[in-house]
Amino acid sequence: MLIGHQPKPFLLSVEALTVSFDGFKAVNDLSFYVEENEIRVIIGPNGAGKTTVLDLICGKTKATSGSIEFRGKDLTKLKENQIVKAGVGRKFQTPSIYDDLTVFENLEISFPRGRTVFGALTFTRDAAVRERVHEVAEMIFLKDRLNMSAALLSHGQKQWLEIGMLLIQDPDLLMLDEPVAGMSVSERAKTAELLNRIIKDRSVLVIEHDMKFVEDIAHKVTVLHQGQILSEGTMEKVKNDPKVIEVYLGH
Amino acid sequence: MNESRFATRSELIGILVLAVLLVVILPLCLDVFRLNLVAKYLTYAFVALGLVICWGYGGILSLGQGVFFGLGGYCMAMFLKLEASSVENTKIQSTPGIPDFMDWNQITSLPLFWKPFHSLTFTIAAVILVPGIFALIIGAAMFKRRVGGTYFAIITQAVAAILTILIVGQQGYTGGINGMTDLRTLKGWDIRPDHAKIVLYFFEVGLLFACIFIAQFVRHSKLGRILVAMRDQEDRVRFSGYSVANFKIFAFCIAAIFAAIGGAMFALNVGFMSPSFVGIVPSIEMVIYTAVGGRLSILGAVYGTILVNFAKTSLSESFPELWLFGLGGLFIAVVLAFPNGLAGIWGDYIQPRINKLIGARKPKAGWTDKSVADGAPAE
Repeated sequence: MLIGHQPKPFLLSVEALTVSFDGFKAVNDLSFYVEENEIRVIIGPNGAGKTTVLDLICGKTKATSGSIEFRGKDLTKLKENQIVKAGVGRKFQTPSIYDDLTVFENLEISFPRGRTVFGALTFTRDAAVRERVHEVAEMIFLKDRLNMSAALLSHGQKQWLEIGMLLIQDPDLLMLDEPVAGMSVSERAKTAELLNRIIKDRSVLVIEHDMKFVEDIAHKVTVLHQGQILSEGTMEKVKNDPKVIEVYLGH
Repeated sequence: MNESRFATRSELIGILVLAVLLVVILPLCLDVFRLNLVAKYLTYAFVALGLVICWGYGGILSLGQGVFFGLGGYCMAMFLKLEASSVENTKIQSTPGIPDFMDWNQITSLPLFWKPFHSLTFTIAAVILVPGIFALIIGAAMFKRRVGGTYFAIITQAVAAILTILIVGQQGYTGGINGMTDLRTLKGWDIRPDHAKIVLYFFEVGLLFACIFIAQFVRHSKLGRILVAMRDQEDRVRFSGYSVANFKIFAFCIAAIFAAIGGAMFALNVGFMSPSFVGIVPSIEMVIYTAVGGRLSILGAVYGTILVNFAKTSLSESFPELWLFGLGGLFIAVVLAFPNGLAGIWGDYIQPRINKLIGARKPKAGWTDKSVADGAPAE
């Protein structure tokens, strides 16, 4: 099942990863590797353990066994904020933004400076911060809404805002959990355009159900089923895999 | 932009109005007895101020602020008590030179932990550090383990109960249920006569404004916005690279230190300290002051404290049995009908009318809502 044995070191190596919740193995002996600048899409039926894999990588859930190596660091031993510092960014399935703050403030909080208590007290909103916030706001189509309370944004705009918050972090590995779920057709197209622009210079791990969308962006697809890899490879290969058709694509 | 570092214009006006009220109007209108009552109320305003940061902004409900109020108050009272227990003053005791309650409890020498409280410098440091460090320990133990919400509130209640039991039980060391009474002088300066009460009142108001400024600074810093963000989406903050626990510990410690300053001023202004200001009931009352004033409003907390206490004094004079029901009813009413308290009522109903009257061009959404949005860049 190991694919891509290049001499180049992988950005992310997940090996023999297992997590069990009271005996139920949500992820079972899972291994996969993500290269630099690769876009990997994880698909699979409901309950396959897709979101759990992202939870394990970003530290939200602790692994029962196995290792997650990222740039030579074992992420299973780091705290959530250390994992972020190492260069992993994660977008949640439902838009997680700060309703009581403005769009500008939402983005500003993700700016990678002043992350300690003292640093946050002495943080100043200087030109570099403002420039970066404006730059990202333009990218996520929210340039003219910077002073608006984030609660007033539409669902799609909230998703973009959260993607923008991740962009400001400038992670080496960006993990997106269903970025186009619940979006209108036009928002979907805009999001695909946005993703295509931001995936430059970084690796992306995406969970998505929308097959059209997956085909558009994926370099490689991993199909999960019951916590294990069912198939892995290019979209073309995965689509024609009889096992995948049976459990997932067939219906 | 320069304003947003610290306070917006309308906040500055609010602070100014409060300053005029406390520094000019009240001292001119009230006799010394009533002014001293206001001084007593204001000691709780320190606690309410801390709760605005900790509960209003950070979303951490502490039902044990009396603990820190008490620790600060007891530190101050210990110093004052030692000064009042000089050898000449306590000649009739079997062991002269120790506080009277120790003598009554057959203690014959000053306990070790009392000795440093001969020094005023040590005492002032202790007023800040003892509650600060205690809050740090509780905060670290709870927040690092992700204990929050109701569980945290219950644990703070338990701590308040434990400390009360400890103080009452260790009569020989703490003065027991009576507390530390008969406090007389501060470095030889008598704190009991009228002119001393007035000086102490103004000193306290000065300290209160220092705390208001600190609270304003915290709120307008990025830390203030992170607290609000944490209240909404704790995980998002965590996965944006912040250690959520550290920020909660900070908010809890600030609230504890403010409460302790209030407690120390209580010992000075009122002249005694007792476990009845430490336990569960006073701790909950302090939360009610904040809720009535508006838990998102720094100034609202001060007004809320003064008004509720004023009502408490006048109502409990006439209807002593009814007061507690009144307080409970008030709390329920505020939570159900006006979740942002007096500050919310002011911002939603009164201020827009005033603005209309003066013909101000920009009607603002509300005091509390606005306070969050004001951090936005000026463009």
